[in-house]
Amino acid sequence: MSSQSLISNQQSTDLMLRVSDINVYYGESHILRDVDLSVPAGQMVCLIGRNGVGKTTLLKTIMGLLSSRTGNIFFGDRPITKLAPDRRAKLGIGYVPQGREIIPRVSVKDNLLLGLEARPQGRKGKEAIPEEIFELFPVLKTMLSRMGGDLSGGQQQQLAIARALMGKPRLLVLDEPTEGIQPSIVLEIEAAVKRIIAETGISVLLVEQHLHFVRQADKYYAMQKGGIVASGSTAELTQEVIQKFLAV
Amino acid sequence: MLLIAALGLAIVFGLMGVINLAHGELIMLGAYATFVVQNIFKPFGEPWFSFYIIVAIPIAFIVSALMGLIIERGAIRFLYGRPLETLLATWGVSLILRQLVRSVNWSLFMAIGIFALLFFGGMQLLKRLVDWQNIRSKALVILLPLAAGIAIAFNLLLGANPALSKPWFSARNVDVTAPTWLRGGTTALGFQTPYVRLFIIALTILCLIGVYWFLQRSTWGLKIRAVTQNRTMSSCLGIPTSKVDALTFALGSGLAGIAGCAVSLLGSVGPNTGQSYIVDTFMVVVVGGVGNLWGAVVAAMGIGILNYLIGSGTLALFLTSVNAPQSLIDLLLFFATSSMAKVVVFALIIVFLQIKPAGLFPQKGRTAEL
Repeated sequence: MSSQSLISNQQSTDLMLRVSDINVYYGESHILRDVDLSVPAGQMVCLIGRNGVGKTTLLKTIMGLLSSRTGNIFFGDRPITKLAPDRRAKLGIGYVPQGREIIPRVSVKDNLLLGLEARPQGRKGKEAIPEEIFELFPVLKTMLSRMGGDLSGGQQQQLAIARALMGKPRLLVLDEPTEGIQPSIVLEIEAAVKRIIAETGISVLLVEQHLHFVRQADKYYAMQKGGIVASGSTAELTQEVIQKFLAV
Repeated sequence: MLLIAALGLAIVFGLMGVINLAHGELIMLGAYATFVVQNIFKPFGEPWFSFYIIVAIPIAFIVSALMGLIIERGAIRFLYGRPLETLLATWGVSLILRQLVRSVNWSLFMAIGIFALLFFGGMQLLKRLVDWQNIRSKALVILLPLAAGIAIAFNLLLGANPALSKPWFSARNVDVTAPTWLRGGTTALGFQTPYVRLFIIALTILCLIGVYWFLQRSTWGLKIRAVTQNRTMSSCLGIPTSKVDALTFALGSGLAGIAGCAVSLLGSVGPNTGQSYIVDTFMVVVVGGVGNLWGAVVAAMGIGILNYLIGSGTLALFLTSVNAPQSLIDLLLFFATSSMAKVVVFALIIVFLQIKPAGLFPQKGRTAEL
């Protein structure tokens, strides 16, 4: 435990994730063009852009579900470009995909326990679900024995984030966590994400359309037509930029 | 009996979506494993020989599971999500296995061993010594014929020696004799039931409980369920999907092995034994509902009982006693052979699937479409 906190302290000054010169194709169509992006340790980075500009594709590439023809991905200082998704997860990337992807016919409890697999040693014996998870998402505690697929969208979203946290990731990748969810739960999820960052000091890479949530981030990248077209600190995120890259 | 076989298939086909036509051959391998164990135990004399079946069950499981593992690593893992290719590949594997059992002998066995040693050993050696990525295709081109050539030459050389080239089993059927404590039977509940059948029923229940426990309670079972339901997300959670696939397939194959053990107690075992079971097991899985263990249990019982009732003419006898119309009795008598009974049962299954296309217990609820 002490050695692990040492590592995270050591890296707190430099980059958690660095993506350079990524080009991804679906068949012959060129989706991502020369994408460069970096997530500093302990910060929250937000990726904005309209639908279909390649935000989800970029996250999938970072997770290893799609492979890039060129370029490199570094996690910490380790190249992970050639690793399979499960190896990347074990290194400490927690992924919350668009559409939640809860395992439908497995109970909520087992869904959470599956999150333990991402820990470096895997899941050992009878490990319980840590209490912090229920502090963040109290609603889950009442649903432990329900099937994951029977939850509502908002509950599934909370479960997906909780599941990713079970693996004690160093980087949390969130793909549109507030999409299609009622406003009150959006606020809950926002608060939870903020609290996670404050308490654990992990980095977050977020894809988001909700402006309110975007403002919480430290840094933003704006995407258009498969490339990064603007970036900077969110404090400088002007109305003009928003109009240009986010407004319909 | 049908149930154990179907249980293995329910896992492989139901959970993984792999249509494994070699499942029958895995049953056959299990039966042969039982035969071999029996022959090993024979010289030990009576007190030991009685218990060979207890040893044979795990061995049959292991043999079939290993073969299943080889099939999965060698062929099926490249074909996930491509049912047609899987179908053809597993059919090919089933033909290979059948011929293998017919012609396997010491020289062939050693030749295969040498091939594997040279080919995979060579690959490992090269991987360690040189930059593997760059020479991969070249190395394969050189290594494959080299290893194959040496192995074939070795086989021919040894083949000259009659002691080594005598087939282990030959194409003829072999017989497994049930140990004495399984011979005879009991007349409980007014039925004449042989002990062997009772033993198989007990074995089936044990397997069922084992599989249920494994899938629902163990860590690996949870991983298996997760991977079969959402492969990509499972891998994103850090579950090694390829390992889980291999394990699932090996488990299903191992159950086929146990089924083979049971088959060998019921009748003689030949290279074609598996063929007669594969269609029935598929029927059980389809009727029970794909991916549903309970459905498989009920369907196996239903099909088995129906088969028996029609095939043995019991139904016709019963109808005679209640003075049913003569034409109906004649009709039933016409179908009162085991092959004609199958015709009827399959026809009934077709009708049944028209009414309930998703099987006996289709999945319900919000997730049914997933």
